[in-house]
Amino acid sequence: MATTKFKTVSGINLKDQLDQDADSYDGTNQQSQKEGFGANLKYLLVGLFFGIVFVKAEIVSWFRIQEMFRLDSFHMYGVIGSAVVTGLISLQIIKRFNIKTRSGEEINIPSKTFNKGQIYGGFLFGLGWAITGACPGPLFAQIGSGFFVVIITLLSAIAGTWTYGLLRSKLPH
Amino acid sequence: MDLFEMIRKPWPWYVAGPIIGMTVPVLLLLGNKSFGISSSLRHICAAVIPANISFFKYDWKKEIWNLFFVAGITIGGFIATYLLTNPESFMIAEKTQTSLSQLGITDFSGLMPAEIFAVENIFSLKGLIFFVLGGFLVGFGTRYAGGCTSGHAIMGLSNLQWPSLVATIFFMIGGFFSTWILLPWLFQLVN
Repeated sequence: MATTKFKTVSGINLKDQLDQDADSYDGTNQQSQKEGFGANLKYLLVGLFFGIVFVKAEIVSWFRIQEMFRLDSFHMYGVIGSAVVTGLISLQIIKRFNIKTRSGEEINIPSKTFNKGQIYGGFLFGLGWAITGACPGPLFAQIGSGFFVVIITLLSAIAGTWTYGLLRSKLPH
Repeated sequence: MDLFEMIRKPWPWYVAGPIIGMTVPVLLLLGNKSFGISSSLRHICAAVIPANISFFKYDWKKEIWNLFFVAGITIGGFIATYLLTNPESFMIAEKTQTSLSQLGITDFSGLMPAEIFAVENIFSLKGLIFFVLGGFLVGFGTRYAGGCTSGHAIMGLSNLQWPSLVATIFFMIGGFFSTWILLPWLFQLVN
């Protein structure tokens, strides 16, 4: 697999106080400068736009997820596939031209390290994905769309995450 | 057809996919943020119920952007549903409709099956399975896997991370198993 040109963050030079494991880098903030409440609003705006796409492309639909797992429609494969291709090309451009962040910092994407959690956890999440018709992003969009019962699903997902944290040292990794 | 009319109709995959993919560079360029949504659930745990568990003892405030992001997704869902309402009726693949009819689903008019995602189901076996159990698996599984569809399938694959490919493959295996083997059995329980 291609090595990334990005600076790989190992546990030693880690700036934040997250646990020193790969999981802590999921959706992580690698910016050294602090951001206040106002600055964080721009991520709310990105999320807002993202939520609109989720609903307008019907990715939040339980039925669309069923179509995907029953191989009856190309829609979801097209969405995820073209999203990956777009992400891949834009990361290549960022690397090639060494594009910096808006505040001039070097782009920093921590590498993912393998552990068996990606197998066991991945499978368990897959089970839940087909039952709820949602991954974590669409859960929020479904609630916004007025499916208030999904609040229960979200609370249970938070409980699931909490339980993982509790049992973590006893689980195979 | 005017632009507003076009926006209100369902968006095809080749419009939605690239926009979602653009989230990866946009978040990086805005503030060096890696795309990933399931971590928001961990931050909520860390902020609200850390309970002295080491996994939740970290500076979640540094990651607060992620909570702003999911708040945005919720508002976006509202806007898309109530202000950009789809003028057409919801269409689902005929084969899926046939298969799901056999499982006892009859209402195919909304984005979500009304027979399952109804408030009166909260305190029933249906609710326990589709909301509580399903949600628990999503939260437990994504954290155990170290990411979800956004963190692994989109962010990880875009950055050519092979552990993310492993995770994505097992997301799909889990989903296929759930759809073809688990769901028929679960529907038998609730019907």
